[in-house]
Amino acid sequence: MSNQKFDIVVLGSGPGGYVAAIRSAQLGFKTAIVERAELGGICLNWGCIPTKALLRSAEVFHNMKNASEYGLSANQPGFDLEKVVARSRGIAAQLSGGIKHLMKKNKITVIEGNGVLVSPGKLSVEKDGKKILIDATDIILSTGARAKELPHLKPDGDMIWNYRHALVPKKMPKKMLVIGSGAIGIEFASFYNELGADVTVIEMMDRVLPVEDEEISAFAAKSFNSQGIKILTSASVTNLDKKQTSVVCTVEHKGGKSEKIEVDVVIVAIGIDGNVENIGLEVNKIRVERGHVVTDEWGHTGVKSVHAIGDLTGPPWLAHKASHEGVILVEKIARDKGNKDIKDLHPINKGNIPGCTYCRPQVASVGLTEKAAISAGHNVKVGRFPFIGNGKAIAMGEAEGMVKTVFDAQTGELLGAHMIGAEVTEMIQGYTISKTLETTETELMHTVFPHPTMSEMMHEAVLDAFDKTLHM
Amino acid sequence: MAISLTMPALSPTMETGTLAKWLVNEGDVVESGTVLAEIETDKATMELESIDDGTVGKLFVADGAEAIPVGQLIAVILEDGEDASVIDNLELPTDANIVLPSTSSSLIVDEPVSKTAPSEVISLVPTTESEPVINSNNRILASPLAKRIAQQNGYDISKISGSGPRGRIIKRDVENYSNVINLTEKTTTIDPDGDASFDIIKLSNMRKTIAKRLTESKQNVPHFYLSVDIELDNLLLARKELNSLSDEYKISVNDFVIKSCAAALIKVPEANVQYCGDVMHQFKRADISVAVAIEGGLITPIIRGADKKGLRQISEEVKELAIKAHQGKLAPEEYEGGTFSISNMGMMGVKQFDAVINSPQAAILAVGAGEQRPIVKNGELSIATVMTVTLSCDHRVIDGAVGAAYLAAVKTFLEQPSAMLL
Repeated sequence: MSNQKFDIVVLGSGPGGYVAAIRSAQLGFKTAIVERAELGGICLNWGCIPTKALLRSAEVFHNMKNASEYGLSANQPGFDLEKVVARSRGIAAQLSGGIKHLMKKNKITVIEGNGVLVSPGKLSVEKDGKKILIDATDIILSTGARAKELPHLKPDGDMIWNYRHALVPKKMPKKMLVIGSGAIGIEFASFYNELGADVTVIEMMDRVLPVEDEEISAFAAKSFNSQGIKILTSASVTNLDKKQTSVVCTVEHKGGKSEKIEVDVVIVAIGIDGNVENIGLEVNKIRVERGHVVTDEWGHTGVKSVHAIGDLTGPPWLAHKASHEGVILVEKIARDKGNKDIKDLHPINKGNIPGCTYCRPQVASVGLTEKAAISAGHNVKVGRFPFIGNGKAIAMGEAEGMVKTVFDAQTGELLGAHMIGAEVTEMIQGYTISKTLETTETELMHTVFPHPTMSEMMHEAVLDAFDKTLHM
Repeated sequence: MAISLTMPALSPTMETGTLAKWLVNEGDVVESGTVLAEIETDKATMELESIDDGTVGKLFVADGAEAIPVGQLIAVILEDGEDASVIDNLELPTDANIVLPSTSSSLIVDEPVSKTAPSEVISLVPTTESEPVINSNNRILASPLAKRIAQQNGYDISKISGSGPRGRIIKRDVENYSNVINLTEKTTTIDPDGDASFDIIKLSNMRKTIAKRLTESKQNVPHFYLSVDIELDNLLLARKELNSLSDEYKISVNDFVIKSCAAALIKVPEANVQYCGDVMHQFKRADISVAVAIEGGLITPIIRGADKKGLRQISEEVKELAIKAHQGKLAPEEYEGGTFSISNMGMMGVKQFDAVINSPQAAILAVGAGEQRPIVKNGELSIATVMTVTLSCDHRVIDGAVGAAYLAAVKTFLEQPSAMLL
């Protein structure tokens, strides 16, 4: 039997891979996608989406607990962990089914199994011991990434969890240590704390959410503390000692002081490694550095007709970055093959990719932090506006938060925007468009923001950078 | 509407020009291609052609006027039915309605070499029908940030080419422009005791890229060279015939060289290859990269599928790409890729040279000047127009015999152009 032949085969169906496959099919390429687990990858099944479902349960629970502040009564609010988890799993399953439908609608062949790059133009897919070969003119690797593991912090699913275990808890932990205060660690800390666990977060760097602006980190730490989350910064876990029903964690603080913390669950969220193993990178001499495939700005690996996108290629590890790279890459392939309809194609500008964390309060940002802007040589103008100055935020009962803008003093370029507080993940896009269009403070000042909305704070934070704020 | 002619920017650094001589008078009827004036820069004298049909309405500067700023109005051409009164109502435009190709070689440069045909070869850039780009829409697409940075630095944003969506000028474009025009300012003179003094000149990004890529090629690719003399008399005859058929095109010798190289790559596909580690790629199409010298360096726009294109189409594409190259407006897909390169230095009087392979391609043809030389045929001395070409090959994928077979095919096609019809 001859091999199946495709124009483009995508390995991995996460938000990078499946979007690349859709765009590929739209451009007329005969397309297949190879997936070893669920369609939609980690994002849909074990990442972005199911965590948002859990966090929404936590948020509603929080509001129920605070019902009296709104003049409402909700007597003895409670939760059923099994049902909270079931809702999250149901949503993941629903969306994975949606991807299946999208593949079918776009006539994309879905091939289940473990895909391995045999040579440029050839993939093998193995399922249940049976192996098939597929020919493809172009191959896109989008196998994603997974939680980093260290030998002394190896998750076992029992008392030591990774993100996957943390998504499907069977019982509510009483005392919990979260190792790592990036987006993943903080979201789980926020969720379990809301549902009543005694949570401690430990971070090696000197602040939580270390990629965010320092002021936002400080604001977040203060808020988490007030919610009862304990935060240990400049500290690391050097040993986990598993007892019968608990884990004794040895925490070493910077400077050498150490302490022992006994908890019933540890969540390990210390970073991300690309899924570079066993997909045929070595034999095909595809360059891997620091656990990620090296590509040019379009996603070409340097090995002809083999490309890579998304988490596999390195930070920022974000679904929206992967999807965007997938579209750009496929359009570049089409253009290289002479498709004249592809115009205005540009590689992704990593400085304009927003990042969101869905803890309470939410955190969202795009561009340079104040410190990064200064060390890049900018003279900056910084604007700030607090939620307490915004009518809608107060009416919503969400008066905790702030918006911060960083401008280049000379050119008025919006270098970065940093937000913390309710709904900021839905608002950051305004600043992202501004950055993509290269607006200066002038256009932002001239933009009319609707009243009453929380987005007015975005306007005020721009005005404040130029000492023109109105409502403070 | 009356058409305004302004002092063209003939190079990125040109700020002023001298109007050496008007070749038309007010009231003269001109058509597209009519030479209007001679313009002098510090480098050369060039002819300014009309791109429109009409009547010369007014000449705003006199013969010999010096230091005319780029962009200043120098003449107005009236379209059919317009009378001179429209000139009075004309607002002196700040940006040109007509943008001429931005370097000398895309205009006719006196054509001192036009008497010997092969030299035209070589002008990779159009020799007569230079087609200025008409800026039909006076609105300049630029991001607010780009506009502001340009304004703060005193740049005329109409001179900056945009790389954003729909040619929108973005911050990066202004910064690139700034790199180019600051080049001269970044020169530092060092005067050490005793030793010769020298200038430290900052390398442009293009210069850095050229340095890096050619070093890589020369260090990593085992080059060898094959030279052959090619008689051009048949080709010149064929070219003359073709060009006499119509005024709509003008085929150059270089167009023949491109076509022949492409046809030969199809005939000898073993030479249309690329070294790729454990495998080599053998292409089924001849995409010819043509080296174009531009301000501060060179670039190689590509005639894709040149084997399947006619001379006229090749000629038109080369002209278009050369203009874009000089204006810095080539899109990446117009210069990235290619399966074979041609470098032509005939117009500079070079007889023969060895080119560095344009890696990852595996071969490049270095073309020298065509000139009349004494040759011996059947024991008798005679005169022929001869051009020497040298093929540089990547020995990892092209052996001497393959290179020789390829060169023989090129020679056959150039000496007997009708063979390309087969």
